[in-house]
Amino acid sequence: MALTGLLWCVAALLAVSIAAIPAARLRPAGALVYGAALSISALALVIAGACLLAGGPLLGALTLPVGLPWLGAHFRVDALAAFFLIVVNLGAAGASLYGIGYGRHEEAPGRVLPFFPAFLAGMNLVVLADDAFTFLFTWEFMSLSSWALVMAHHRREGNAAAGYLYLLMASFGTLALLLAFGLLAGPAGGYAFEAIRAAPPAAGVAAAVLVLALIGAGSKAGLVPLHVWLPLAHPAAPSHVSALMSGVMTKVAVYGAVRIVFDLLGVPTWWAGALVALLGGVTAVMGVLHALMEHDLKRLLAYHTVENIGIIFIGLGLALAFGANGMRAAAALALTAALFHVFNHSVFKSLLFFGSGAVLTATGERDMEKLGGLIHRMPFTAFAFLVGSAAISALPPFNGFVSEWLTFQAILVSPALPQWLLKFLVPAIGALLALSAALAAACFVKAFGVTFLGRARSDAARSATEVDRWSVATMFVLAAVCLVAGILPGYFIDALAPVTHSLAGARMPPQGALDWLTIVPVAQSRSSYNGLLLFLIIAFAAGLGAEAIHRWASGTVRRSAAWDCGFPDASPATQYTAGSFSQPIRRVFGSVVFRAREEVHIPPPGDLSPAEMHVRLRDVLWDAFYAPITRVVGYVADRFNKVQFLSIRAYLTLVFGALVALLMVLAVWQ
Amino acid sequence: MDRLALDVAHLFAGGLVLVSFMLLYQDRMSGLVNNFALHALVVSLAVAWQAHIQHAPHLYITAAIALVVKAIVIPLALHRIIVQLGIHRTIETVVGIGQTMLAGIGLVALSIIVMLPITAKAGTLTQQDLAFALSVLLLGLLMMISRRNAVSQVVGFMSIENGLILAATGAKGMPLVVEISVAFSILIALIVIGVFLFRIRERFDTVDIHALHEYRGEQP
Amino acid sequence: MAIALNLLVQFAQMALVLALAPLFAGFVRKTKAHLLRRRGPPLIQPYREVLRLLRKDVVLADSASWVFRVAPYLVFATTWVAAALVPTFATGLVFSYAADVIALVALLGSARFMLALAGLDVGTSFGGIGSSREMLIASLAEPAMLMVVFTLSLLAGSTQLSSIAEFMQASDVGLRFSLALALIGLVMVAIAENARIPIDNPATHLELTMVHEAMILEYSGRHLALIEAAAFLKLLLYVSVIACVFFPWGIAVSGQGPVAYMAGAGVYLLKLAAGGLLLAVFETAIAKMRVFRVPDFLGAALMLGFLATLLLFVTMAR
Repeated sequence: MALTGLLWCVAALLAVSIAAIPAARLRPAGALVYGAALSISALALVIAGACLLAGGPLLGALTLPVGLPWLGAHFRVDALAAFFLIVVNLGAAGASLYGIGYGRHEEAPGRVLPFFPAFLAGMNLVVLADDAFTFLFTWEFMSLSSWALVMAHHRREGNAAAGYLYLLMASFGTLALLLAFGLLAGPAGGYAFEAIRAAPPAAGVAAAVLVLALIGAGSKAGLVPLHVWLPLAHPAAPSHVSALMSGVMTKVAVYGAVRIVFDLLGVPTWWAGALVALLGGVTAVMGVLHALMEHDLKRLLAYHTVENIGIIFIGLGLALAFGANGMRAAAALALTAALFHVFNHSVFKSLLFFGSGAVLTATGERDMEKLGGLIHRMPFTAFAFLVGSAAISALPPFNGFVSEWLTFQAILVSPALPQWLLKFLVPAIGALLALSAALAAACFVKAFGVTFLGRARSDAARSATEVDRWSVATMFVLAAVCLVAGILPGYFIDALAPVTHSLAGARMPPQGALDWLTIVPVAQSRSSYNGLLLFLIIAFAAGLGAEAIHRWASGTVRRSAAWDCGFPDASPATQYTAGSFSQPIRRVFGSVVFRAREEVHIPPPGDLSPAEMHVRLRDVLWDAFYAPITRVVGYVADRFNKVQFLSIRAYLTLVFGALVALLMVLAVWQ
Repeated sequence: MDRLALDVAHLFAGGLVLVSFMLLYQDRMSGLVNNFALHALVVSLAVAWQAHIQHAPHLYITAAIALVVKAIVIPLALHRIIVQLGIHRTIETVVGIGQTMLAGIGLVALSIIVMLPITAKAGTLTQQDLAFALSVLLLGLLMMISRRNAVSQVVGFMSIENGLILAATGAKGMPLVVEISVAFSILIALIVIGVFLFRIRERFDTVDIHALHEYRGEQP
Repeated sequence: MAIALNLLVQFAQMALVLALAPLFAGFVRKTKAHLLRRRGPPLIQPYREVLRLLRKDVVLADSASWVFRVAPYLVFATTWVAAALVPTFATGLVFSYAADVIALVALLGSARFMLALAGLDVGTSFGGIGSSREMLIASLAEPAMLMVVFTLSLLAGSTQLSSIAEFMQASDVGLRFSLALALIGLVMVAIAENARIPIDNPATHLELTMVHEAMILEYSGRHLALIEAAAFLKLLLYVSVIACVFFPWGIAVSGQGPVAYMAGAGVYLLKLAAGGLLLAVFETAIAKMRVFRVPDFLGAALMLGFLATLLLFVTMAR
C-alpha cells in the first residue's frame, strides 16, 4: 500500500540522519547523505504522485503502536495529503540535488548533515499524521530539526538571536495548535482526526479553534503580524535549508491550516472567510513592501515568502467565504487557485534561494549593494534566476501568472456573495492583490538588476565564477518546471480536482479536454487563458521580427563606452543601488507603513567630507506588538530575579508556604 | 418609474458623491470654492430632476434656491473673502490626500452597507438617494475634520447641507422641504457673514461701520 | 477550411495593428503641432524613423549583457501579441480567447519587466532613474486598472474583451454613471502607462523629466527601432481597448463576412482619429506633473474605479 511505502521512506530518512552523526566528518559524507536523501525523496514523490492521480485504491490509513498507549500513531494518505507530499518531496529532492554541490563548501558539516534528513522526515510525517498527538509531535520535530539547521553557523553575527526568536515563535505556535486540538477533541478526548471529523464543534468553539489555528499555523507560515521571525531565521540557515524552510515548511504550515479549517471544522462561517482573506491581503502588501526595502538578497526572498503566503491565504479565505454561502463551484475555484499557488511558490522560491546560494558561494556576499555585473561571470545562474524572477512576478507565460489569474477570477466571482461586507471587502482585497503583484515585479527587477546586471561594485563581484554543475542542474530543472506549469496548467488543475472535491465538495470543470489546452475556470463566455498558445504566438512574433530584421536591416554591432548622456563615469559607484531603486516606492508607501525618514547631511562648500544620507525605517508591528511584550516579560523577569538570591531560610519558607497552600486548596475542594 | 428617469437620477446622485470626492482632493482655496459651486449646481440639477419625475413642483423652488444662493451668491462672497484674507495658497491637510481619499471610499461603502438593507422596502429611487446622501454627509464631515482652515470647514459644512437636501427630496412626501432649505441657506449665509465680521473685528478692533469710514479716510 | 480562414483574419489583424501604430503616433504628433500653430512633421515620419533606425549600426556599451540585446525582441513581441489580441474591426477572433484583459495587462507587464531590466543593464544612473520610476508608476497603475476591470466584469459578466464589446453593443446597458467613471479611470491609467503628458514627456531628453526615455537611453540601431515600434503599438493598444469597450458600435462579429470586416475597419479608423485628436488636445492643454504628484493622480484613478464599483453595486441591488 502507498502509505506503507511512504512510511518506509520516512524511516529510511531517519536512518540516514542517524548514520550521518558519526560519519559527518568524512569527505564523501556530504554527497552520500544528499544523494540518499535525493533518491528517497524522489521515490516518495513518485508514490505521492501516483496517490494523487490514481486516487481511490492507493489511499488509506494506518495505525502504528508507537506513541501514547491508548492512542497509537495514526497515519493517513488522502488527496490533500498526497498533494502536499508532492510539494514537500519535490522541494526536498531539489534541495538534496543542490546540496550535493553546495554541501562541499559547508564549513561545519557535522551540524548540518545529521539534521537535514531528519528535517525532511519531519515534514513528511506532519503531512501524513492523522491524529492530534502525532501531528503535534511531528510538528515540533520539524521545528526543532530546522532550528538546529538555523543554528548551524551560530557564531555568525545575528544567527543566534534569529534562532532564539525562531524557537520562541515556534513554541508559541505549537501552544496555539495544542489549544486548538484540545478544543476540537472536546471533553471526550477523541484525538484521532476521524473522531474529530465525526463530532463537529459548536459555533463559538469553532470560532476559537479557527483563530487558534490561524495563530498556530499562521505563525509558521508567516502571516502578519506573526511573521517577524521569518526574515531573521530563514536567511540564517544554509541556502538549501533556506529554500526548504521558505518553500516547503511554510507550505506544511498551510497544510496544517487547511487540514484544521477545511477538514476538521465542518461548515465554515462567512466572517471566517472575510478574516482570513483580509489577513492574507494585508500580509501580501506588508511582505512585499518590506522586501522592497531590503538589500540583503536572502532576507528579501524571505520577506517575499511572506507576500506569497498572503496570496495563498487570500485564496483560502475566498474559498471559506464561498463555502459558507454554498457556492461550491466558486469555492473549488478559489481553493484550486490557492493550492496551485502553493505548488508554484515552492518551485520558484526554491529556485531563487538556490540562485542566491550560488551567489553567496561564488562571491561570499549576500548584500546586493556589493554585487553587480554577475551575469557576465555566472551566466547559467543568472539565466535561472531570471526565469525565477519572471515566474514570481506573475508574468505570462510562467506559472506564477496562472495561479494569480485564477485568484483574480475567484475575486471576480465575489459579487454573487450575499453579505454586503464581503461584497465590498473582496474588491478591496483584489486591489491589494494587484498592488502586491506589481510591487513584486518591482522588487525582482531590483533584485535581479542590482545583483546580476550593471557593473561590479566590489572585488568579490568582479572575481566570481560559476558554481558547480549540480547546483546549476537543479536550478535549470526547477526553471523548466516553472515554464511547463505555466504553459500546461490544465493538467495541474485537473490533478487538484480530487483535493478540492474532498474539501469543498466540488471541482473545477475538467480542463484536459478543452481545445488547444485552454483553461476555463468558470465558463467559456466568462474568461479563458491559454498559456501554450500565448507562448507560441510570442515566440512566433519574436522569431518573425528577428528574421525580418536580420534579413533586411543592418546586422552590425559595435562595442563602445556607455552613452550616459555624454557624461560617462568610470566608477561603478555612480550606478543605481538597491536603496536608490526603491526610493520612489519608499517615498510613496514607506512614509506611512514604515515611518521611513530620510536625512541628508551635505557638508558646507569647501569641506571635503562626504555627503551622507541616512534612511530610517521602523517596523511598526514590532513597535506595536513585540516591543511591549518584551518589555513586560523583562520587567516581570527582573522582579522574579530576586528569587535567585534568597537565603536558605527563605527557600525553606517558600517550600513550606507552597505545601500549606496546596493543603488548603485540597481542604476547600473537598 | 422608467429606466431613463432612474438612470438620470442615479447620474446626478452619483455625480454629487464624485464632486464631494473632488472637494476632498482639492488643495487650493480658489479651486475649492469653484468645486463647491459645482457641488451646489449638481444638487440643484438633482433636485430639479426629482421634481420632474416625482411631479412635485415645490421642489423646483428648492432647486432654484440651491442654485442661486449656493452656486452663485455664496461662492462669489467666498472668493472675495479669500482674496481679502490673502489665503489663496495651498491648504494644509491634517492627513495626506491619499489616506483621506481611502477613508472617503470606506465611508461610501459604509453608508451603502447601512442604508440599503434599511430602505429595502422603499422604492429604488429612495434607496439610492438616501444611500448617496449619507455618503455626501459623511464625506463633508470628513472634509471638515481633515482641514485646518476655517473657510474650508465652512465649505465642508455647506456640502453636508447639500447632502441633507438630497436626502429630503429622496424621501418622498416631505412637506417642509422648501421651508427647511430656505432656513438652512439663511443659516449658512449668517455663518459666512459671521466669519467675515470676525475677521474685520480682528483687523480693525471694531465692527462699527462708522469707524470703518474713518479708516477709509472719509469724513462722516 | 473555416479554421484556415479564421487564422487568416487573425493574422490580418496582427498586420493591421503593426501597420497602423506608427501612423497613429504620427497623427497625434501632427495634431499637437497644428494646435501649437506649427506645421509639424509629416504623418509618415514615424515609419521613416523606424526604417532609418533599422538601417543603422548598433552601438553597445561595454558592460551590456545578452539581456540588453534580447530585451527589444521580447518587448516588441509581447506588445505586438497583446495589441493583436484586442478586437479592432471584429470581435471573437481565433486567438482572442487565449488572453483576457487581466492576461493582456500582465503581458504588458512582461514587456515592462524586460525593459526595466535593460535599463539597469548598462550600469548608468539614467537607466536606474527610468527603471525605478517606471516600476513606481506601474505599481500604482495596476490596482487602478484592476478596479476598472472589476467594474466592467460586474456589468458584462466577463473579462474577455470580445464578450465585453459584444455585451456593450448588443444589450440595453442604459446611461450608466459607473461606466463614465470607469472610462475616466481607464483613460488616466492609459496616460500613465503610455508615458504621455502629464506623467512623462514622450519627446523629452531632460533627465529630470524622463521615465520611458531614460530606460531606453543606451539603445541604438535596430534595437531602438523595435522599442519605438513597441511604444507605438502600446499606445494603439490602449486606444483600441477604450474604443472597443466604451464605444463598441460598428464592430463586426467574427464570422460575419468580409464586408462587415471592412465596415468594422472603417469605423475603427474613425475611432482612432477621434481618440488621437482628443489625446493631442489633452496633451496640449495640460502641463507635466512632478514625479511625486503621480501617486496622487493614479490614486485618483483608483478611487474612481472603486467608486464606479460601489455605485454599480447600488444600482444592481434592485
